[in-house]
Parts: sequence; C-alpha cells; structure tokens
Amino acid sequence: MRRAGRARWAVCAAAVLTATACGSGAGAPGGAGVLTASWGDPQNPLEPANTNEVQGGKVLDMIFRGLKRYDPRTGKAENMLAERIDTADSQNFTVTVKDGWRFSNGEKITAKSFVDAWNYGASLRNNQKNAYFFGYIDGYDKVHPDTGTQSADTLSGLKATGPRTFTVRLSQKFSTFPDTLGYPAFAPLPTAFFTHHAAWLSKPVGNGPYAIQSYTKGSAMDLRRWNAYPGPDKARNDGVTLLVYTDSNTAYTDVLAGNLDLVDDVPATQLKNVRTDLDGRYINTPAGIIQTLAFPYYDAKWNTAGARKVRTGLSMAINRAQITETIFRRTRTPATDWTSPVLGTAGGFQAGLCGAACTYDPATARKLVQEGGGIPGGQVKITYNADTGSHKQWVDAVCNSINNALGNDTACVGNPIGTFADFRNQISQHRMQGPFRAGWQMDYPLIQNFLQPLYYTNASSNDGTWSNPQFDRLVDRANAETDQPAAVRLFQQAEGVVRDNMAAIPLWYQNGSAGYSARLSHVTLNPFSVPVYDEIKVG
Amino acid sequence: MPEQPQQPEGAIAGTGAGGAMDLAASEATALERGPGGYGGRGGQDKPRSLWSDAWRDLRRSPVFLASSVVILFLVVISVWPSLITSGNPLQCDLAKAQDGSQPGHPFGFDGQGCDVYTRTVYGARASVTVGVCATLGVALLGSVLGGLAGFFGGAWDGFLSRMTDIFFAIPVVLGGLVLLSVVTSNTVWPVIGFMVLLGWPQIARIARGSVITARQNDYVQAARSLGASPARILLRHIAPNAVAPVIVVATIALGTYIALEATLSYLGVGLKPPSVSWGIDISAASPYVRNAPHALLWPSGALAITVLAFIMLGDAVRDALDPKLR
Amino acid sequence: MGRYVLRRLLQMIPVFVGATLLIFLMVNVMGDPIAGLCGERQCDPATAAQLRRDFGLDQPVWQQYLTYMGNVFTGDFGTAFNGQPVTELMATAFPVTIRLTVVAILFEIVIGITLGVLTGLRRGRPVDTTVLILTLVVISVPTFVTGLLLQLLLGVEWGWIKPSVSPAADFGELIVPGLVLASVSLAYVTRLTRTTLAENRRSDYVRTAIAKGLPRRRVVGRHLLRNSLIPVVTFIGADIGALMGGAIVTERIFNIHGVGYQLYQGILRQNTQTVVGFVTVLVLVFLVANLLVDLLYAVLDPRIRYA
Repeated sequence: MRRAGRARWAVCAAAVLTATACGSGAGAPGGAGVLTASWGDPQNPLEPANTNEVQGGKVLDMIFRGLKRYDPRTGKAENMLAERIDTADSQNFTVTVKDGWRFSNGEKITAKSFVDAWNYGASLRNNQKNAYFFGYIDGYDKVHPDTGTQSADTLSGLKATGPRTFTVRLSQKFSTFPDTLGYPAFAPLPTAFFTHHAAWLSKPVGNGPYAIQSYTKGSAMDLRRWNAYPGPDKARNDGVTLLVYTDSNTAYTDVLAGNLDLVDDVPATQLKNVRTDLDGRYINTPAGIIQTLAFPYYDAKWNTAGARKVRTGLSMAINRAQITETIFRRTRTPATDWTSPVLGTAGGFQAGLCGAACTYDPATARKLVQEGGGIPGGQVKITYNADTGSHKQWVDAVCNSINNALGNDTACVGNPIGTFADFRNQISQHRMQGPFRAGWQMDYPLIQNFLQPLYYTNASSNDGTWSNPQFDRLVDRANAETDQPAAVRLFQQAEGVVRDNMAAIPLWYQNGSAGYSARLSHVTLNPFSVPVYDEIKVG
Repeated sequence: MPEQPQQPEGAIAGTGAGGAMDLAASEATALERGPGGYGGRGGQDKPRSLWSDAWRDLRRSPVFLASSVVILFLVVISVWPSLITSGNPLQCDLAKAQDGSQPGHPFGFDGQGCDVYTRTVYGARASVTVGVCATLGVALLGSVLGGLAGFFGGAWDGFLSRMTDIFFAIPVVLGGLVLLSVVTSNTVWPVIGFMVLLGWPQIARIARGSVITARQNDYVQAARSLGASPARILLRHIAPNAVAPVIVVATIALGTYIALEATLSYLGVGLKPPSVSWGIDISAASPYVRNAPHALLWPSGALAITVLAFIMLGDAVRDALDPKLR
Repeated sequence: MGRYVLRRLLQMIPVFVGATLLIFLMVNVMGDPIAGLCGERQCDPATAAQLRRDFGLDQPVWQQYLTYMGNVFTGDFGTAFNGQPVTELMATAFPVTIRLTVVAILFEIVIGITLGVLTGLRRGRPVDTTVLILTLVVISVPTFVTGLLLQLLLGVEWGWIKPSVSPAADFGELIVPGLVLASVSLAYVTRLTRTTLAENRRSDYVRTAIAKGLPRRRVVGRHLLRNSLIPVVTFIGADIGALMGGAIVTERIFNIHGVGYQLYQGILRQNTQTVVGFVTVLVLVFLVANLLVDLLYAVLDPRIRYA
C-alpha cells in the first residue's frame, strides 16, 4: 500500500517534469509581431501620480516618457524629454523641454503639459497617492495641507516661463532632484486627461513607445507600437498584449504550454524546475528592492543599548546564504548593506558594509544576545502579512535559523496578520511588539531613496520610528551638497550610522525574474523588475 | 403521470408489522421487529430500545471494531506522540530541505528541513482534535436545529431556515479574518468554535430534509395517534430513520474541517506558529508537489486514514441503527 | 402552493436585510482599509482623510449602511478601490461563475448520483471500494494539488486543454475546472446517494414494486432513487451558493475572474462595497435555491405538503 502510493506520486512528478521540458512554441495569441505578457490588475486608476505598484507601473512605463529615464541596464537617470535642467543653487531649477515631442493623439508636448500634470498630482482633491513626490516643491503645503482643505490649486514653486521652459523652486536644497524626475509621477499629461477624464482613464493616452489599442478592465490590455514615437527607444516588436492572471503560477504554466510569451515574477515554487522547464529561457537580475526586519523603537524594550546587541546577535543568527539558496533559489542575494547593488558603487552601494554583523555566526550570535540581556519579552515574534507574497516561508526559515543558533525551539516564531491593510494599520498605530517585515522598493535609483524615507526622523516609511540626530544631520548635509560624489559620500556616512546601531536587520536584495517562450529574444528586466518591453524581439 | 404505484397500500399496511424481504433475494434473511422496536432476538422477554439493540449489533461488527482500533490509535498518539517518535517537530535544518528518506527519517524532510515523520505524528493532536470536535459540534447543533425545524415546521421552520440562509452567506475567509483575528489564544478551541458557528447550517439543512421525509412515515403517524409525546416521537421514531444522511455528511466533513484548519492558518488566523498540524503541513507542501511529493503524501495519507476510520465507523453505526437490516 | 411561494418570497426581505447588515458590519470590523492602499509606506494623512471621505468611511457605521442600502435600491453598488463600479465587476464575474457552477453541479448530479447508485446497489463490491478510495483521495488531497496536477498533465503534457481559461470562459473551457471544483462535493453526493439508497432498498414499497414484477431498472429509477434523493437534493441545493462564492482556489488556478476571486480580493482589501455587493447577490441565490429545493421535496415525495 505504502509502496504503491509512493510510486504513483513519483510517476506523476516524473511525467510532469519531462512534459514541461518540451513545452512552448507557436500558437500564442496576438499576431506575429505581438507578444503576450502576464499582468496583474492595477490597484488604482491608471493615473501617473496615483500608481504606486508594479502592475500599473508596467503600463505607465510603456505609454509614458518623462523628463528623465532610468537606463534599463545601469539605472542611471538620463535626459529623455528634458533638453537640459539647470540650477545654480540646488534649489531653483530651470527645465527646458525638447522640441518635437507629441502625445500619441497628436497633441504637442509643452512646458504646460508638465506643469499641469504636476499640479494635478500634488493637489489634495485629486486623491493622488504619490502626491508626496511633489512635496519638495515650494507651495506644496498650500496645495496639499496635512489637515483641512487646500488653500491653493497650483504649486507656487512651479511656473511655465515659455512654450518649452518652466521653473521649479524647491522649499529646501535638494541636489539630486533632477534625478528623481524619471519617476512616472512626473510624466507629462495631455489636455484630454483633464477635459475628458473618464474617457482617458478607460483608454489612457501618453507619449511613450506604445499606444493603448484596447483595455478591458480586469482582463487584458492591448498595446501596439506607436510608429510616430519620436524617442530613441522605439519598440522593436509590433505590440504587447498584457493578460491579467489571478496567479503567477498559472501564468508560468501557460508559458510552458505555449499560450503565453512572457511571465515576469516566476513563482518561488517553480524556481527549482525553471531552468529545465524553459531550457534556459529564464532571467534573474538584481532589482532595487531590499528586504529588512524593522524594529519598534517606540517600545522601550527595543530602544536600549542592550537591545542593539540583541539586534546584532539576531542578525548574525540568520543564515542568509542558506535561506536565499534553498527558499528563494538565488532570486535573492544575501544583503551586506542597507541599499541595493543596482545603485552601483558610484551610486553609493557598498558591498560588505555590514561586515561580520550580517555574517552567519551562531556562537557569536548567542553570546551577543546574552550580553544584551536576552531577547526582550523572551520571544522574537516576526510580524508579517499573510495575504500576499508567501512571506510565511522565509519567516519560518529565519525563525528556524535563529532557533537553531540560539539553541531554543521557541526563541523565534512568526506572527502572521490576515491582511496587508491590517498589517499597515497595526504598524502605523505602533502596535508591533518585535521585529516586522519591511520591504523597500526604490522609487528612483538614488542612495537617498534607500535611506531618507526609511531612517530619517518621522519620515514617511520610518515605521519603527528610529531616530538619530547624527543620521539626520548627515542626510541634510548630503541633500544640500551640489557635488554628486560628495553627496553620495555623505549618504554613505549616514548609512554607517544605521549600521552602527543596527537600526534594521538587512536580509537580502531581491531580484526580478522572468521566463519566456522560444519566440522571444532580448528579454531583460530593468532595475524596477519591470520587463523592458520595447527591447524584446519576437520571432 | 401514468401507472404510478408510488405508495402501495399494501406496503403501508405491512409497515410496522415486521418482516423484511430484500431486493437481492440472497440477502433476505428474516423477520424481526418494526422500527418502533419491540420483541427481541434470542428469546428475551424484556423489550429493549432501538439504541441498545444498535449498541449490541455494533459490538459484533468487524468494521466497527477495526475503525475503533484505528481511532483509538490516533487518540493515543495525539496524547502521547513521543510513544512512536523520539524526534522534535520543531527541530528543522534547512540544509536538508525537501530531501527524501534516509536512515532515522523514513518519510524524508519538508521544505523547511523538518522531519516529515515526526511532524506527521505530532500533527495528529491538533488535527484530530479539530476534526472530531468540530464535527461533533456541527453535527449536534445542526441536527438539533435542523431536526426541530423539520419536525415542527411552520414559523419555527421559517425562522430557523432563514437563519441558516444568513449563516450560509458569510464567506469563510471573511468570517475567519473577522472573528479569529481578534483571538490571541493559541489553542485549537477558537478554530473549532468558528467551524461550528459557520458549519452548522449544512447539517441543519440535511437534517431538516430527512426529518421532513421521516415524519411522513406511517409508524410516526401511528405513534402520534397513539398519543406519544413529540420528544418520544422525535427520539424514538424519527431520529433513527433520519440520522443516516447526517452521519454521511458529518464523516466526510470531518476531513474537510481538518483541511479548513490549514486554510485558516494560511490566512494567518488559524493555529499560530509554531503549531504543528496535518493541515498546515499539507498546505505548506502543496505548492511543491512537483519537487517533493513525499512531504505532501504523508500528512495527506494520515488525513485519509483518519477520514476512512470515521466513514467506516459512521457506516457501522448507520447499519446498526437500521432495523430493516436485522 | 402559490401562497407558500409568496410567503417564502416575503421572508427573503428580512434575510436580505439581515445578511447585508451582518456582512457590512463584519467588513467594517476588519478596520481601516485605507492603510493598505499606499504600499509599504504610511499614507499621507491628508490624502488618507480625503479617501475616507470619498468612500464615506468617516461616517458612523449605521449611516454608511443606510447610505449604501439607499444606493443599492437605485442600482448603485458603489465602486471598488481601483475606480471600477461594482456593478461592472459583477457583470463580468457572475456570468463566468454561473457557467462554472452549472458545470460543477452537472458533474455532481451525473457522476455523483450514478456512482452513488452503483455503490449503493453493490455495497462491499470492488466498485464500492474503488469509489471509497477515490473519495478519500479527494478529501485528503487539497483541490489546489489536484487542480495543479490536472493543469500540468492535461494542459502542458498532453495539450488537451489550455492551462488557463480565457476571459470568454465558455463551457468547453470550464469542464476541467468544473470537475476540480465539484470534486469534494462529488464525494458527498456519492456517499449520500449510496447510503439513502441502501436504506430504502429494503423498504416495503420497493418490495412491493418487485413483487409486482416491475423491471429492475424501473424499480431503481422510479421508486428507489426518487425516494432516496431528498438528502441529495438538499445537499446540492445548499452547495450551489457555496460553489459560487467559494471557488477561490479553483478560480485562481485556472485564471477565472469569477465571483470567488473577486470576493476574496475584496475581502483582503477590505472593500466593503465589493464584498457586500457580491454577498448580497449570493444571498439571493441561496434563498432561491433553497426555495426550489423545498418545492422539489414535494415532487419527490408526494406525502410532503407545503406547510
């Protein structure tokens, strides 16, 4: 009985394995030069300043081009629609827009296209979730006050001074401001967006290499190459059909069966088979995402000198190499600093900055936790949300690693919370009692974006309310510094303060992954883990 | 409808007089008393109730004995898992993740590198408790409410049936997230309570339907005209004849409750880590079925054996309660 | 009978109000949904407050409920967080789910009752044992795994089906998902049929029918089965609603954008308007299905009168 049962399963598994090696081929819908790609339902209406997750971001990346664009390979911000951005003092900027750009409906792109779009994005009444991106611009507090109603409709720091020039005045010095302008929230918008808003939302019109041909909410979006696109990054395929999948595993199976050309985000459960399944048609490249464990500094138990040692001890009790290898199949890389490799060394990434504190060393870990007075409260509860991202697997693995290192079966347990909203609510109400999951996906590839929002006093994503005057001072100085390398050095010094206090335990850098059918080539992912659709060749 | 001898008069007249002839003539053995239960086998004079007859039959049923042994075994390892394993279910070494069987670890390792055999043994406690207690609770609450609705009919039925409708409408995920997320206790009881709360309408509807059918029977009408109390009619005459579908649904539901516990844990509102249960292990192993089917096979197999034991037990009890089989 | 049906239809009103109120309160108890809309960061307080105002979340619960019900009666079921009207979501989700449910129910009726009759007439024979083993497999192996393996075998290895269902989701595409969805219920239907059949086999009317010399097929079909179906019909009736709202796993595996999936998403995102809207329709389905089942009782057993 036992033997028979086993054999049946083995046959099943074997059949499945051999089957998948020969999948894919012709028959994908969409036409000869059009590829099909997996998609998820965007969480928000597809307005540039209202899209804060990757699925909506995919579309914006295809139909919009902003003043700057981040190079899909290096992540460096390069001029796109901007002819030049001048500043003398890192606070007042003059932007000149290139001539000859149009929206795909024929409308000419002018300075006003940007000014109107940014004013719309910043205005409180439009409910744009990325409004805070305009927070550095002078007059933001009038357009978007923290409480009450807005007293102005437009940003006072924003002025169109000619058909192709506009000026931006910031409320503080921010030397790398121009480099943030590649973020989709800063995209220009056509007049139709304001005059026929509902119609625009059901079929957005932009200025990117693709134009939307049809959009069925909840199931599919058809994008076709816009032949009159004036930019250098013209689409090398005829179009992309985005298909909404309820589950990335289904999309993956569809690629195996030849019904889909491209699945980004290969499910973790299939990573062990992906190389044989797809015969090498699999990419796994670094993205600007870091996972950390944050701590509740509002809880006095975690805000002591001893607790710093405990945090370092816990960090050393986590076998990052083994977890990234076994659980994530190398789609994560053990973290050795608090930024991301996609920044490059010039951008501020420092491999090994964390040093021994991020290296697995059970004996030292045990010693440090003891010296620090033991785990506050007797047990580490790692809080995470259970509804997205299968966090349970790595939290359990981290806990097992800590338990094995400390020689105590229940030193660490996972603490799942049902929904993401509830998780965020408990965080914002300061109800965490121990470390909690913190993932950070960069908005733009700058070291500033990995440090300031997360560790600056009262910053928007400083969920643990960590506060350190020395860190704050260094960040302020870095933002005022006009010389880029000097600014990066100051940010790195600030990161050193984070390290010395182990403000958060860095776990791993996340990669983007994708699998594709045999008819595609030149498939790459940009540092935001979004496929570079325009470069993909079909056939 | 032409020629429909639905309820032949002769048959009705014959009911209660005893005597059973079978559809398959080979099985047709003999005589015995009617559903009310009078007279006796083996020449005893004292009239005995149907329930005690059933118990006497059960003790002689090999199916009953076999399933009881299995259930007893499950109970014993639930209480003392260390009797058959010396391992520690929480001791996991990621280096061995998904490995097959090796000496000392007959069932291999799961995705976290925990010993599958040890976890399957230790998982019995939570899973058997959840399965059995939730089923008992649902079956009792459901059959009492459904039975009353079916027996009394009218306004009672209207009220109870519409209550089942409302409870049916609550999505399990929503109910779990709302009712269980406020619970801090790390025991199986909130989970069981939740399952009873949301599970009873299913049994209630089945019980109601069966009681509605059974109360039409002639022996019920006879008992009624003889002046038997409603309680006596329900317990003596209707319950034994209406219980079979409830037993069938309950024994299968037992398995689904064990699986439902995993769904709740998956949602983060079931048993809190580091609990061990078959459901949790099954749901953890499911996505990896291509690579490590063994990690799924053993907890699933344990679940299957448990369900089998209870299905067989239910069958035996039903047979024992069916006077026509004697 | 007319009066009975009318009374039952009138009873729907309190159930409708009760169920919607209950669901409304439950979603409300889950807490503030706005925090989940801003990714891994805190929503800026002004936008959060504005969103709360727009969705009416700043009002007391009873007022929210009244406003909502008022809108429902004018056909406005509100909007989901992505700006889509809930009626639009329902218009795409329900047709697909109804087709999927029809397929699953047909499987339950055809395969479930057939297997039930076979095993009920041949208790203890090989066919009975085989079906029992299948039942155990279906109960103890999660739908997720059965679905996944069927998808890989039929969809990838043998190429008989497409692994995912297209947005059109016609009946042909829904056969395998329907089977997967029906699998656990099949176990119930089979064993219910088997047991009641075995019980009624020895009834007097069956003996009489045989004694009268009626052919075996007629005895089984007309007399035995008909009188054994009441628990089965009860189960299937209650299952319709459960299948429609609870097909979460099946819909995810086969990429069906149906009611279960939308409802699940709505619950996780705590979108009151989506959840209450969908559940409201499901409650109506339950009520109608149960009414039909009760009417069927009288058809199956003429002794039962509408009370």
